[in-house]
Amino acid sequence: MNTEALKDLLYKMADDQLILGHRNSEWTGFGPLLEEDIAFSSMAQDKVGQSWQIYKLLHELGESEPDMVAFMRNADQFHNCQLVELPNGEYDFSLIRHFLFDMAEQIRFTHLASSSYEPLALLAKKIKGEIKYHTMHAKIWMKQLGSATEESVSRLQNSLEEAMPYALGIFEPSKFEAELIKENIFCGEAVIKEEWTEQITAILKETSLKMPDINSVQPIYGGRYGQHTDNLQPLLDEMSEVFNLDPTADW
Amino acid sequence: MYGGGNSFEAMKATALTDEDPIKLAEFEARIDRGEKIEPSDWMPQLYRKQLTRMIEQHAHSEIIGALPEGTWITRAPGFKRKLALMAKVQDEVGHAQLLYSAAETLGKPREEMITDLINGKSKYSNIFNYPAFTWADSCFISWLVDAGAIVNQIANSKGSYGPYCRALERICAEESFHLKYGHHCVIHLATGTKVQREMMQEAFNRWWTPMMHFFGPSDKISVHSEILMRWKVKMSSNDECRQQFLDMYVPKIWELGLTLPDENLRKDPETGEWQFTEPDWEEFKRVINGDGPCNKERLAVRRVAEERGAWVRQALLAPKAKYVAPLA
Repeated sequence: MNTEALKDLLYKMADDQLILGHRNSEWTGFGPLLEEDIAFSSMAQDKVGQSWQIYKLLHELGESEPDMVAFMRNADQFHNCQLVELPNGEYDFSLIRHFLFDMAEQIRFTHLASSSYEPLALLAKKIKGEIKYHTMHAKIWMKQLGSATEESVSRLQNSLEEAMPYALGIFEPSKFEAELIKENIFCGEAVIKEEWTEQITAILKETSLKMPDINSVQPIYGGRYGQHTDNLQPLLDEMSEVFNLDPTADW
Repeated sequence: MYGGGNSFEAMKATALTDEDPIKLAEFEARIDRGEKIEPSDWMPQLYRKQLTRMIEQHAHSEIIGALPEGTWITRAPGFKRKLALMAKVQDEVGHAQLLYSAAETLGKPREEMITDLINGKSKYSNIFNYPAFTWADSCFISWLVDAGAIVNQIANSKGSYGPYCRALERICAEESFHLKYGHHCVIHLATGTKVQREMMQEAFNRWWTPMMHFFGPSDKISVHSEILMRWKVKMSSNDECRQQFLDMYVPKIWELGLTLPDENLRKDPETGEWQFTEPDWEEFKRVINGDGPCNKERLAVRRVAEERGAWVRQALLAPKAKYVAPLA
């Protein structure tokens, strides 16, 4: 088994979950309805918990302890896609990002449930069960707000167009795609992207929103190789503010 | 979480003379028998008004109380603390949701309550007008402010209004986990490195006065509280709650090697009562009337959240909004 390829896959997924979980948690106390504070907090807990479990798999493969990996790296050592690190913005942007990202997650972990790397397959079965509720939540809100008022439709449409180039960055191929596919560890980003495009197009058809022509959208890549927007480092600095006072202390 | 020191509206001498005396007698007899009053039951206007006010203040305290701790979610050190704090603050928002629903059964809609909060018409627990400067401050809140709230809420859960009592039972069960989490965090800091121990002690120095204020001023039995106690709206005096809190937690604080900034604090071996220096009640009044370190900031945050979310709530009410059946 190509351990380097496996670690690369695990890192990008763990980093995605951690950073989006962190962003989701920023809604606590600020949601448009109390029920949405609670929903985003639940999703945040799931995502941060999932990242923890994936970092534990990495630890078993010889990487540092999860707390050290999550709290002590700099932005250029993170492999998350840039979509997850963008600020929450208004609720419309957070909802669109949640919809686009979690639809991809659902497909990703469904495929990974039959990965040849058994610890990952077992974890993916658990994670896909949790993400099912995230996508249910996203779809309900997309349908409710996606046809409701002129303002809600136009806000969601604008956010959809703003997020789409970053969302395509979720599928940025790693340098190990061929090995991962060959060893049946992972089906590869191209497969996920194709299913994702089909599924989100179908859901958007049930609303007044228009699916952007993704063939003419230039994807924003780089995240999987440690290139990030200026938003990631401040997020990490904040996250590690207390931990860094004494990384060897028991908090 | 919520403390004592509920601010009840002063009652007019004529408040009960307009009520039907037979219904009033039946109502009081039911309360004496330990029955719960339910939303569709007859109740005096005064009972409805004071309960609405009390439950509403409690709900606001939960939602505002989520703010000082909420700012530490993104900074919590390590996975274990980050996950626990998220769940804890989420519980508090959930308590607000439960309590607004309980208050709505008395006739006041949630939107109206939130508008009254933002406009400064409704109060909330004074302690949340103080800032949480450090991680240790958030640990103090999780342990001791929640502990204080439990003392108060367990008393109130034995009150007479069914929906409020049921909400409180569930809330207390959740708060007991918050208390365990907070205690665990404080133990780690109080027995940790020099930096951690100092951080924790400074938090105790900062928070002790607001904590003593938490249960409200000494409340000698007045005509007002006599009727509210008879109707089981107010279930224990502020002094009783404060004494119970001191008795349960001061020994645990001292056990950790922490000190409290009151040299007169001691338990009288003869009476079993705790003696302490009266906290500055002028400060309490000043803060509750809007001039505390964070009053403006807390309300501004709520106002911004309400304004930014208005389009979502309006969209949900739009006729074209596609109804999607709830998940559960």
